[in-house]
Amino acid sequence: MANLSMTVNGKAVTANVDPRTLLVQFLRENLRLTGTHVGCDTSQCGACVVHLDGKAVKSCTTLALSCEGASVTTIEGLANGGALHPMQEAFREHHGLQCGFCTPGMIMAAVDIVNRRGNSLDEKTIREDLEGNICRCTGYHNIVKAIASGAEAMGKGAAPARQAAE
Amino acid sequence: MYAFTYHRPATARQAASLLAKKEDAKLLAGGHTLLPTMKQRLASPGALVDLSSCADLKGIARKGRNLVIGAMTTHAEVAASPEVQEAIPALAYLASHIGDPHVRHRGTIGGSVANNDPAADYPAALLALGATVVTNKRKLPAEEFFSGLYETALDEGEIIVKVSFPVASKAGYAKFRNPASRYALVGVFVAKRGSEIAVAVTGAGEGGVFRWPEAEAVLKARFAPKSLDGLKHTAKGINGDIHADAEYRAHLIGVMAKQAVAQATGKAG
Repeated sequence: MANLSMTVNGKAVTANVDPRTLLVQFLRENLRLTGTHVGCDTSQCGACVVHLDGKAVKSCTTLALSCEGASVTTIEGLANGGALHPMQEAFREHHGLQCGFCTPGMIMAAVDIVNRRGNSLDEKTIREDLEGNICRCTGYHNIVKAIASGAEAMGKGAAPARQAAE
Repeated sequence: MYAFTYHRPATARQAASLLAKKEDAKLLAGGHTLLPTMKQRLASPGALVDLSSCADLKGIARKGRNLVIGAMTTHAEVAASPEVQEAIPALAYLASHIGDPHVRHRGTIGGSVANNDPAADYPAALLALGATVVTNKRKLPAEEFFSGLYETALDEGEIIVKVSFPVASKAGYAKFRNPASRYALVGVFVAKRGSEIAVAVTGAGEGGVFRWPEAEAVLKARFAPKSLDGLKHTAKGINGDIHADAEYRAHLIGVMAKQAVAQATGKAG
């Protein structure tokens, strides 16, 4: 067992963990933050994407101990109290989810795309940068629309305008 | 995963000493090959020495005619680096096409090179550009470094510190990706340094990355995609699997080589 301390969604956390503990296990099992999902568990599907020191990573392929001293943001850390994050709101508005299993990873990846590429994203860029996230409902069309809209809304610092989902 | 002890040294020197002291220790770089392998119980090191806090293994610098990249520099950092984009744009392009964005935030050049996966991208760049792998013990030219499937010239306890790339006058990389894994089904890196031409092929060879002398000869006469017209690589010694048979991969070598030259000469469409 080894001591571990990091910041998760702005709060300092400490624990004593088996070195084998993956970041995703630590988040789900120790902290009970079950919004981060385990899909393929082989670093393909992206359901487990969280931000580690501001960068999207696959938490199923990262040891918790490697995150000692780091700052981690999960899907639970995006919303501001009762108000959804603009990217979450955009997924809701554009029906960017079907079963919802991939959604936390999609949204964390989407915010990472905005962080890297700014608020004006074309479809090609979004589709290319979603390479590491798989939706087995194959609902990519609305996911891509949601990300473009959410990216814009993040730039305005407001929720996206209400639009009917197609 | 089987149990292991975990260590996170702050310098390459400390890492080397841990590697020597701990029984059955392995180095952890970005972990995107080692951790999945351990999860499948195909590897079971007794100790992991995590290099992620070794600041002396990170960074990108232009040193005279060389571009020097620290072993723990991530693919995302190489792809986004203005130094790399200016000195060897093909290398930034290569790094930007490894895996996916999340993988590129973790995966490192040192990890990729040390693992020498026969379908990895970096080995082709190192071989074609005539790079030097600098370890904590010595300097190894790329052609001596890569010795076979997942095999390198690294000794027990040896740690890659950095990779030094001579800046080429022209370079290009093209790969045909496995759509699921994004590994190279076939990847070809071409480089022109003075009158020297190098063509290195990854993803295709039974023994890992290799050079294609016939293509180098015709490109030496004229460095243009057209020079490769009609030139075919033999299917002998080429990998075949469920994704592509040897004939198909051999054909792709020619196609990717042409695209790489087109990129290097600014004629990519």
